Amino acid sequence: MRKRGSRPIIMPVHRRRKGREKSNMYSKGTKRKFFDGVDNKAVAASYSLQRQSLLDMSLLKLQLCHMLAEPNLCRSVLIANTVRQIQEEMTHDGSWQVVTEALGGSGHGPSDSLVDTEVLCQSPEQQDGGPKLYSVMGYDGCREEEVVTDKALCSVVVGDRAPALLLGTIGHCWDRGELRVEDGVSKDSGTGDEEETRSGEGAKMATGQVFGMFEIKNGAPGSDPALEELFSDVDASYYDLDTMLTGMQSAPKMGPYDFLDSLASSHGPVSNSSCRADLNELDHIMEIIVGS
Amino acid sequence: MVGVGRLVREGVRGSEQARTSRSHDSVSSFHRPLARVHNPTNKPGNRARIPLAMAGAGGGSNDVQWCFSQVKGAIDDDVAEADIISTVEFNHSGELLATGDKGGRVVIFQQEIENKSQPQCRSEYNVYSTFQSHEPEFDYLKSLEIEEKINEIRWLPQKNAAQFLLSTNDKTIKLWKISERDKRPEGYNLKEEDGRYIDPNTVTALRVPVFRPMDLMVEASPRRVFANAHTYHINSISINSDHETYLSADDLRINLWHQEITDRSFNIVDIKPANMEELTEVITAAEFHPHQCNTFVYSSSKGTIRLCDMRASALCDTHSKLFEEPEDPSNRSFFSEIISSISDVKFSHNGRYMMTRDYLSVKIWDLNMENRPVETYQVHEYLRSKLCSLYENDCIFDKFECCWNGNDSVVMTGSYNNFFRMFDRGQRRDVTLEASREGSKPRQVLKPRKVCADGKRKKDEISVDSLDFNKKILHTAWHPQDNIIAVATTNNLYIFQDKMN
Repeated sequence: MRKRGSRPIIMPVHRRRKGREKSNMYSKGTKRKFFDGVDNKAVAASYSLQRQSLLDMSLLKLQLCHMLAEPNLCRSVLIANTVRQIQEEMTHDGSWQVVTEALGGSGHGPSDSLVDTEVLCQSPEQQDGGPKLYSVMGYDGCREEEVVTDKALCSVVVGDRAPALLLGTIGHCWDRGELRVEDGVSKDSGTGDEEETRSGEGAKMATGQVFGMFEIKNGAPGSDPALEELFSDVDASYYDLDTMLTGMQSAPKMGPYDFLDSLASSHGPVSNSSCRADLNELDHIMEIIVGS
Repeated sequence: MVGVGRLVREGVRGSEQARTSRSHDSVSSFHRPLARVHNPTNKPGNRARIPLAMAGAGGGSNDVQWCFSQVKGAIDDDVAEADIISTVEFNHSGELLATGDKGGRVVIFQQEIENKSQPQCRSEYNVYSTFQSHEPEFDYLKSLEIEEKINEIRWLPQKNAAQFLLSTNDKTIKLWKISERDKRPEGYNLKEEDGRYIDPNTVTALRVPVFRPMDLMVEASPRRVFANAHTYHINSISINSDHETYLSADDLRINLWHQEITDRSFNIVDIKPANMEELTEVITAAEFHPHQCNTFVYSSSKGTIRLCDMRASALCDTHSKLFEEPEDPSNRSFFSEIISSISDVKFSHNGRYMMTRDYLSVKIWDLNMENRPVETYQVHEYLRSKLCSLYENDCIFDKFECCWNGNDSVVMTGSYNNFFRMFDRGQRRDVTLEASREGSKPRQVLKPRKVCADGKRKKDEISVDSLDFNKKILHTAWHPQDNIIAVATTNNLYIFQDKMN
């Protein structure tokens, strides 16, 4: 009873990575780099680059998860936990590399510096109790919409910006309602935390998205009844997506082509601030494409 | 989602009485037309007729040298997905070897009688029965297909002439009866041999129908279907030593069943959070204690094992013991949690230890010590520096199984490149062997393999970069008494035996 060709054989491919990339990738599995002395900035930049790419890879995996017929819950949970770890570390380490430098490599390991920076940190975000990982409404039925928007954005994106944009896509797409509530971290905040917050949201919503599909939900749980009333006359098939996009009003306006131009002009390694700006613009693209 | 089978949270009464461990003796001297040599009682103390030390590099009177015996499956490299082997299990006597595949089929091999006149000719395993256990289903509520892949097979202890096994896919467990028919009735008065009816008026004399021998026919029939009790994917089933109940575990819940009752199961563990977004840990494997019918363990994706006592409460959400090894801070990375996720847990035959398999190692735990394992064996430590690549190609999520030998002195598990590893606990030695067609001449002794972690590769060593990560050995099984092992590559089943002196 052979079922030849009935289903594609998905076999993991052992890829051979070329020299420079190889060493970067492998170092992920070993001890974390210890920020020390003169090479601090270079090391830190390389490390955060690797970390970012790991985050992007994880989010992509989570995306792919719920496109398949039967996602593996264990795998999804492990990937989501990895994303959370990265997000937490980025939140704690990312903005406070200056502080770490000031400590001058006093012989602490990465986890020790984590504790130190926490103690020293006085950002408004910390006062709010740290970046909140927002729970997300997970929708089974949203799968189709998500796919469309991702693809729409990925087609706009140039090259290796795709993962960062995907991150923003996730961050934006399904958690607008929660983002509205969070006044502590506004879109135009000067800290580098927004990206991490968005990453966190991205993680959370991708997580919620993945786990949500295992649930059978009737309607949209957790929706604001006022919002529902506002959109009661909206076509039912877009209902879910629209309730998520209700937080769009306060976003600054920008045309789609402006966004492309800004993309083309910004090069160089991914940094927190540029990501943040892009994500802001991205929110708008989303709004325009979906047509709210 | 609960369908016909209700999830009822009630106490479990039946297993409270003290039950002596029943030996797995083969009661049935009548069940086989051909004379067989049955084992005497297989009580845990009395095992192994043959010293079960493992293969060494050669030399030593106790060393076992593993030889190729047989290989089952297609030769061509183009693997049909339905033929991918997904589980391997010996029955309690070791006479039968069952495999399940991704296409939902179960193939059972039977060991031939040992030929007394030619002791060098070891018994071979030949196909005994093949049947389609599970079919693909469609879950209409979620618009998802339910795979027919057999996740696990467990044999029931033999009680009569027939053999029984439980096989499960992601959602449904089935009890199969495999029975033989080697006689058929002949000489009916009112029926011809071909089945046509005879007119009673033409019958002049009566005769008594007799049973005459016929060609052996092995029939497999589903006797019970245990369905609709799992929302998530079933990863383990385990038969209780009380011979009446068994458990089935999915990602978030464990249910207790009675073997006779299909429309009800008791939920005994539930780790599903109220809010699914808070989910951070899943159940990866579960098993009943081999002798204590009230005790079972389950492992998690965070590297913990919980031992539960069903006498303590109906709901075993709180554990009796928690086995967890503190993390080594020097090895910490973003992949630490993933590689600590336990893919398999197996009790030793004597019930004193349990073995867990995580991505890079095998750990042996004493049930009386929770804070760390008593033994740790590195399976393929050279992969630690490749974790990012393995994460990228998803190999880091591969679930390797592990198994004990009959007297709990050696443990075995699989690796990549069709390598498998054995660790001798007593002699503190380990060996890496390969299951490949190249080493498959009859009774050819397997040569130990070695993977070179650094750049200085010696002759006959394989460098880490040359390993084929598509060729993984996830499923292995060890005969309960003898030195016979079954090793499953992607679509082939290799059987190795020790070299008879």
